[in-house]
Amino acid sequence: MHLSADRYFEHDADIGIIGRGGTLERCLESAAEATFAIMADPAAIEPRQQVKVEFEESDPDFALVAWLNGLLGAARERGLALGRFRLQRRGDHWSGLAWGMPWKAGQDRGTEVKGATLTMLSVREREGVWEARCIVDV
Amino acid sequence: MDISRLKPLSPISWTLPRAEGEERAPIVLFGSRELLETMDNKVLEQIANVAALPGLVGSAMTMPDAHWGYGFPIGGVAAFDAEAGGIISAGGVGFDISCGIRCLRTDLTLSGLAPLMERLAETLFRTIPAGVGEEGDIRLSPKELDVVLLNGAEWAVREGYGSSEDLQYVEEHGRVSGADPSCVSDLAKKRQRGEMGTLGSGNHYLEVQVVERIHDEDAARAFGLREGQILVSIHCGSRGLGHQVGTDYLVKLAKAAGRLGIRLPDRELACAPILSPEGQQYLGAMNSAINCALANRQILAHLTRKVFGAITPDARLETLFDVSHNTCKLERHRVQGRVRGLYIHRKGATRAFGPGHPALPARYREAGQPVIIGGSMGTGSYILAGNAEERNPAFASASHGAGRAMSRAQALKRWQGRQLVDELRGKGILVRTRSMRGAAEEAPGAYKDVDLVAEATEQAGLARRVAFLRPKACIKG
Repeated sequence: MHLSADRYFEHDADIGIIGRGGTLERCLESAAEATFAIMADPAAIEPRQQVKVEFEESDPDFALVAWLNGLLGAARERGLALGRFRLQRRGDHWSGLAWGMPWKAGQDRGTEVKGATLTMLSVREREGVWEARCIVDV
Repeated sequence: MDISRLKPLSPISWTLPRAEGEERAPIVLFGSRELLETMDNKVLEQIANVAALPGLVGSAMTMPDAHWGYGFPIGGVAAFDAEAGGIISAGGVGFDISCGIRCLRTDLTLSGLAPLMERLAETLFRTIPAGVGEEGDIRLSPKELDVVLLNGAEWAVREGYGSSEDLQYVEEHGRVSGADPSCVSDLAKKRQRGEMGTLGSGNHYLEVQVVERIHDEDAARAFGLREGQILVSIHCGSRGLGHQVGTDYLVKLAKAAGRLGIRLPDRELACAPILSPEGQQYLGAMNSAINCALANRQILAHLTRKVFGAITPDARLETLFDVSHNTCKLERHRVQGRVRGLYIHRKGATRAFGPGHPALPARYREAGQPVIIGGSMGTGSYILAGNAEERNPAFASASHGAGRAMSRAQALKRWQGRQLVDELRGKGILVRTRSMRGAAEEAPGAYKDVDLVAEATEQAGLARRVAFLRPKACIKG
């Protein structure tokens, strides 16, 4: 498996992830897809269980970090591989859902993501397209 | 790295002169020209940012295995004085708090173990929970976990995982003081629920190694090492709990820094004055995570002994030493003739106390602290010994690994996991992994030359080489 250049960027020890979307919410969902694809092939994940992540954040940069780390925490707490993501925003309140399934014996695994960092963190909109980036620690 | 910007201080140490008007402490980069040339320019940028943090004492430094990290470079060392407004930085410790290596010394030889190596590797792989999503058998209530966070490896020994003799050879005798479980979030504790006694993934491993070469006979004798002897190294950290502590406090301290008027050249340097409430809370949480890591490695050492016991019932596995890489510890160091209590951040760097240090067990008091430079699964690792503080210019710190030479994405383009595992098998190294992709990311060629790192570490006076270890079996997550 390769880390495609449109979803990931280079970092010596860890991995840079990229999310894109027509809205900020879709962009952050895409960033979550890129993050969780480091750990497991999304095509192999069935949406059997749902987790909910909620947080308050006014800064889009910190919202990306809170969203990814909230998902990583929830996934680890419940022993799930996640593959689908939905996020909504009302003012500073963010409410997200993710779907996945427990890890299966023999399932091909990638590398564990420990957390989303603030390094090279940016969430920007340019010409109607949102792009989110940060380094995730693996 | 563009080394034309650097000024050599010696053949093995370099500095970046301050630009006009630039306000920061000096920086020192340890390493040969060859090693520095392979480093990313970001290492220089990051260590210069560290040198601008308040309360830094002496220089901000990088070890010979340094590479681009987040906030601090990996291989970064920086000392701060709490009384002088010094800070503590979550980015200066990292997510995998107290990631480190437990090294076990056996009484087995390669010639004796070789016929059993295949079975040993397979049984270790089946017994040691490794890889993303893998859980261990230990389940602790929140109250029980708080006891772990206060007592570290001491707790594990009390529960029957290993013996009290192990604790003599673990930093701080297996338990750091200053842990405050109330500073650890509920989510961090929940994330640890299935993760006590697990290895993790990425660059974490359990390796069966043979002592291939002795460099320093006297220190090797003190460490109980001889050529042909089998050792086991376990590289892992504080698992989900530590990751969540890092996550929680990175954002908390980044926001606190703004409120406290600390100008951060990089948000990842998230920090607060050591004596501030935020700084004290992080210290309480970080020390809890260190104890979690020490307990985790103690459990893994116990599981390893069980496997060896099933395959070679008479084998003895003693703890040679347990070193942590990602920590901030209060230590006493002599600076310009005066002994001061300093908070030493080591991010991807090993503590390396020299001969005579009172924290060392009697057995190592003359030789100095065992220092472990963990290399890649295809090349090898080194055991070194710490030097006296007069010789070590880096607050008793040394390199911790080979250090990555290329990104994971580049490694994935160049190697395929299955092919790599087969190639290593041809070289007499058995690899067992749940992630072929992870194996490719960790390809030996993706790392710096460990020989160069160990040599530079010795030349810089950080530690001296004692033994070179060749991997024979490697369990990866």
